Amino acid sequence: MLAVHLPVFQVLLPLLAAPVSMLLPGSRVSWVFSTLVSWGCFALSVLLLQQVLQEGSISYAIGGWAAPWGIEYRVDTINAFVLLIVSGISSLVLTGAQASIEREVAKNRIDLLYTCWLLALAGLLGIAITGDAFNVFVFLEISALSSYALIALGSGRRALTASFRYLVVGTIGATFIVIGIGLIYMATGTLNMADMGARLPAVAESRTVIAAFAFLIVGIALKMALFPLHFWLPDAYSYAPSPVAAFLAGTATKVAVYLLLRFSFTIFGGDFAFGAMALERVLMPLALLGIFIASLVAIFQMDVKRLLAYSSIAQIGYMVLGISLVSVTGLTAGILHLFNHALIKSALFMVMACVFYRMGATRLDDFAGLGRRMPWTMAAFVAGGLSLIGIPLTVGFVSKWYLVVAVLERGWWPLAVFILFTSLLAVVYVWRVVEVAYLRPAAEGAGRCEAPLSILLPTWVLIMANFYFGIDSSLTVGVASRAAAALLGIGL
Amino acid sequence: MNGETTMLLALAIPVLTAVLIGLLGRWPNMREAVTLVGAGMLFLCVASLTPGVLAGERPELLFIEFFPGLKLSFLLEPLGMIFALVASFLWIINSIYSIGYMRGNQEQKQTRFYICFAVALASTMGIALAGNMLTLFVFYEALTLSTYPLVVHKESEAARAGGRTYLGILLTTSIAFLLLAVVWTWSATGTLDFRAGGILAGEMHGPMVGVLLALYMFGIGKAALLPFHRWLPAAMVAPTPVSALLHAVAVVKAGVFSVVKVVVYIFGLEFMQAEPSTDWLLYMAGASILIASMVALRQDNLKRRLAYSTVSQLSYVTMATAILAPLSMVGAALHIAAHAFGKITLFFAAGSIYTAAHKTKVSELNGIGWRMPWTMGAFAVGSLSMIGVPPTIGFVSKWYMLQGAFSTGQMFAVAVIFVSTLLNAAYFLPVVYAAFFRKPAVGEDSPEHGEAPWPVVLALTLTAAGTIVLFFLPALPLGLAKGLMGL
Repeated sequence: MLAVHLPVFQVLLPLLAAPVSMLLPGSRVSWVFSTLVSWGCFALSVLLLQQVLQEGSISYAIGGWAAPWGIEYRVDTINAFVLLIVSGISSLVLTGAQASIEREVAKNRIDLLYTCWLLALAGLLGIAITGDAFNVFVFLEISALSSYALIALGSGRRALTASFRYLVVGTIGATFIVIGIGLIYMATGTLNMADMGARLPAVAESRTVIAAFAFLIVGIALKMALFPLHFWLPDAYSYAPSPVAAFLAGTATKVAVYLLLRFSFTIFGGDFAFGAMALERVLMPLALLGIFIASLVAIFQMDVKRLLAYSSIAQIGYMVLGISLVSVTGLTAGILHLFNHALIKSALFMVMACVFYRMGATRLDDFAGLGRRMPWTMAAFVAGGLSLIGIPLTVGFVSKWYLVVAVLERGWWPLAVFILFTSLLAVVYVWRVVEVAYLRPAAEGAGRCEAPLSILLPTWVLIMANFYFGIDSSLTVGVASRAAAALLGIGL
Repeated sequence: MNGETTMLLALAIPVLTAVLIGLLGRWPNMREAVTLVGAGMLFLCVASLTPGVLAGERPELLFIEFFPGLKLSFLLEPLGMIFALVASFLWIINSIYSIGYMRGNQEQKQTRFYICFAVALASTMGIALAGNMLTLFVFYEALTLSTYPLVVHKESEAARAGGRTYLGILLTTSIAFLLLAVVWTWSATGTLDFRAGGILAGEMHGPMVGVLLALYMFGIGKAALLPFHRWLPAAMVAPTPVSALLHAVAVVKAGVFSVVKVVVYIFGLEFMQAEPSTDWLLYMAGASILIASMVALRQDNLKRRLAYSTVSQLSYVTMATAILAPLSMVGAALHIAAHAFGKITLFFAAGSIYTAAHKTKVSELNGIGWRMPWTMGAFAVGSLSMIGVPPTIGFVSKWYMLQGAFSTGQMFAVAVIFVSTLLNAAYFLPVVYAAFFRKPAVGEDSPEHGEAPWPVVLALTLTAAGTIVLFFLPALPLGLAKGLMGL
């Protein structure tokens, strides 16, 4: 009986838990509570994914009001997968977050952090699960507002400007999205995604719909930090508390990529978005430029968190590149990288949390001699870095393999060369850090100072996940290719 | 014990050795005993597989599926057998040598050194036993990464620069070219298995075949085909045991091994003969041999001279492969073993000189032969093998290469072998001559020294003896090499 209500619990649980965690006495208790809630969400998303893989899509009517009048939650392969990523990353990061949050966030604001975290989680899960376009906007705002607060909690006053900047850009993005949704509503008279998808082809010629499409794509591109709309991201990631960066890097932009898929394929339909509007001709050059420029900029960063942030922008480019190929393999590659990159970047930002915990900063110079002083932390960095580069047996390699196969399928071999060459840029920026950590001696008298086990353990779980899914990719590839086929409307 | 289990052991032993070394790092004697025992067990394991392979068995191991239709798989065939035998046998000797060298020079961080060495050997075994191109690629990359800490072992500015070149070139070529070639092959044929006769025939033709071959040949940077050879001299900043086993045997042989594998099992000899766009390889390899030899002539640093000689010798294997005659293939396979024994001897000698006399330059070696007779005697034997003079194994492999070249009428290859033999003599013999027949410069105030520590001398004597023994008893490598071609 309860199983029927799984979809709504997925969002209700963190949403209701958020204020509760505020009321709990002591930051430690609220940490335990939020972590448990997050793991609960993860369990729900596992159940949902299982159910979807066995029985096909699930439709749930909120309050019993049938779609298209009521709000519908609709779970299919792609968003079940996104739910799994978001809740999984949140749980792992939160498990290891306590020690570094105590260190990085002012004492009286720690309760606030856990509350905002759960709200952000609820928002992100809500965006992924809902089948109602306006509901997307609502959850988008919930997640965005709480992430502004999360970023602002970072130590140092620059966190405030970073957060404010993100707020301005994020609000513009959200506004664009709501305008887009409003215009579609105007043209079709419905807010339900499936219903929109059914009615849009009839009015696809109208200027309203074309304008709606443009607004939506730009709004989403802002949210997912697609080059050249990425400028808010480096500051936000580098000044936020490290665990928050790990959480957002693995989830927020990924959910935006999901929105791009959802809007362009399910709502507007591949024929409109990529046929009539030729979206791929916009996305592909931007993706390529983003990959190249952001990777290049990452090489010259003096702060490692910032370096990782720029690398994230480049990696978003790879995802969008896969999507812009508009083929099953291409989409599979894009969706795969969504999952894989979440694992890579969250792991690496957790490493940053370890380093920040001991060194109080993550400037490149702070890494001198860390190979000896924090052996496990730096080993995790090397392993995560290898995954970022895409060395075989890591998830990064799986993504790269599929992307290159997809590109060659199209016969675009210069693009294949481009992808492989840009992954060499990752070698450069990862190895810069590795060299400093292992080959530059630490300051005199600096002893061993490994990070506490409570951060290290979840970090290594994430790292091991990088290898596990890099060796046995059957689950991720299977789910991603099913989702890709479903989005393109091809039965498997 | 059947072949499959033994293969699994051959892959597991070096890994276990690495773990044990890590655990016993605090007790140097225990740690080094583990290295020796591990190396010995690995060799026994590999050797016990040999009779089966000679009898035509091809044990196979299948592991998890990477991607649909692509498994991590291992398959033992004659060429892999040669490579695994050579690498595992020389690991034993090299371990003896390492102990003498690392202690004699009081090197730091020896535990890390031995761990990385064992991991590198595990990767080498993975390459030798790989059952398809993807598996080979996986271990190829693992070998690059596991040897990087060995190259930068000294952690000096020079080591860092050398490490950058090393990693830069090997990763660039493998990711940008080799991976592209592998994915291309996969999308064109839907398989990456090593099959007799190749997998590309009928799937591809015209100039694209030549392009794909170029991606493979330059992508396998470890084969050091010009112009992607610079990593090898750069790697010489590493301690000598690393240069000896890894940059004369395991790593570079992994390169030419992959070259032969790709030509024989991915392209196939008949397919290559039928596609004129693949002819360039012969000329490129020939040019590589001659240019590298000429560069070697001008090197005063002994290890660098040896490194350029390696570049040139590796291209022998590539050229012999490109001749595309079965006999020259036998020569190529033999040369993998022949060059391994000869070059490791030469590096051992260079390290021995460094340990005993702290000399690194050719010009400083006048008269050193009488102080270090064993070392320089071994050096002379190694040089003869490089030149290809009987009674050394180097002669046998060259003989087969020449036979292959004549059988297909490749006069270019014959000429290259002839000229390069002269060049080899020109840069090795003067060293031997100076060591034994020149007087030390007057007023040279070098302290008195004798031979290097006994483990060092023992190791280099053994490998020098090996080059001679193999000349008289080449049955085993020859049998395996002929098995490769089904002769």
